[in-house]
Amino acid sequence: MSERTTPEGELERQFERTVAAEARIEPRDWMPDGYRRTLIRQIAQHAHSEIIGMQPEGNWITRAPSLRRKAILLAKVQDEAGHGLYLYSATETLGADREELTRNLIEGRQKYSSIFNYPTLTFADVGVIGWLVDGAAICNQVPLCRTSYGPYARAMIRICKEESFHQRQGYELLMTMMRGTEEQRRMVQDATNRWWWPSLMMFGPPDGDSPNTRQSMAWRIKRHTNDELRQKFVDMTVPQAERLGVTLPDPELRWNPERGHYDFGTPDWAEFKRVVSGDGPCNAQRLAHRRKAHEDGAWVREAAAAYAARRSAERKGAA
Amino acid sequence: MSWPLWEVFVRGKRGLNHVHVGSLHAPDAELALRHARDVYTRRNEGVSIWVVPAGAITASSPDEKDPFFAPSGDKVYRHPTFYVIPDDVPHL
Ligand SMILES: [Fe+2]
Ligand SMILES: [Fe+2]
Repeated sequence: MSERTTPEGELERQFERTVAAEARIEPRDWMPDGYRRTLIRQIAQHAHSEIIGMQPEGNWITRAPSLRRKAILLAKVQDEAGHGLYLYSATETLGADREELTRNLIEGRQKYSSIFNYPTLTFADVGVIGWLVDGAAICNQVPLCRTSYGPYARAMIRICKEESFHQRQGYELLMTMMRGTEEQRRMVQDATNRWWWPSLMMFGPPDGDSPNTRQSMAWRIKRHTNDELRQKFVDMTVPQAERLGVTLPDPELRWNPERGHYDFGTPDWAEFKRVVSGDGPCNAQRLAHRRKAHEDGAWVREAAAAYAARRSAERKGAA
Repeated sequence: MSWPLWEVFVRGKRGLNHVHVGSLHAPDAELALRHARDVYTRRNEGVSIWVVPAGAITASSPDEKDPFFAPSGDKVYRHPTFYVIPDDVPHL
């Protein structure tokens, strides 16, 4: 195909028209550098979160209380690996290098969701993670199915389909425990108390403190602000908590008939900043584990590549 | 050392075309197929998978979409609605 250059200004107008028309930007289209950089950073962080997110729940696979729960948990954790891979695949369509992304994660240059730096202390945590953490993720992710970058939107559609199983298995697990002993009900309440505020933090800092939101919304990468999504999550979750029979640990939580929404308290944003910047309860452990898995797998990657090289040499020799 | 990139295409069910679903890294075609099964078909999403080395795909350039696709734009006579047939002609 012959090279034909279109002036930059015309390309930019084309890009803006496509985004404004709710059409999708596709990998080989011209796009502003900032758009590409923002997407690579956001999708990579999202991918890292899925991968690191396997650890808190993976912690309970060997100790699941029944074969049924173990099979479910294995399938869920395997899905999270899949989510990470769909998303890494989307970043590669933007020119990101997969190995570099892995290095960015294990060397601490790129972040992942702060929620995964909290420990899973009992099996009730597995249920509460499915209910609240996957629930918050769904709230974040459903609008991303309409994000302006095609490969990201398509990855999110696959992910959202799978997430609904994650949330339902968690809620079902908790309902089962709530029908059990007093001790089991206490475990569910305790896990709810510990995960509630970190779940609210998953939507990111308050709108006034989220400088990139405006540009991301103009590019239609992001479709709602952090506070809008947080409110939506609270409104959806309160009746689920009531039905389950647990109390959400927020004395300010109450229905506001004028707003038509629940009022709720302010998360501890100082804690959020500490955990994001590396000082949460499990940050060091999560990264060390990911680094070790990567290093322990090096011989497998090398052996498979050597085998592939030898086979392709043999095939050429035979031809 | 990094494994090459493969593009993955899945046939959802008999009677449908293979559709592109994403990509993955694998050392060779055989392992690419196995990884594609694990990554892209955990819930019976497919009955057949193709994997293609990403570098083997030649694509048209989006910059050129107007001139490249122009030959199909001005040939209205390729569409059935171009032809005026009286309403009382049956089965046409
Ligand atoms: Fe996920
Ligand atoms: Fe999930």
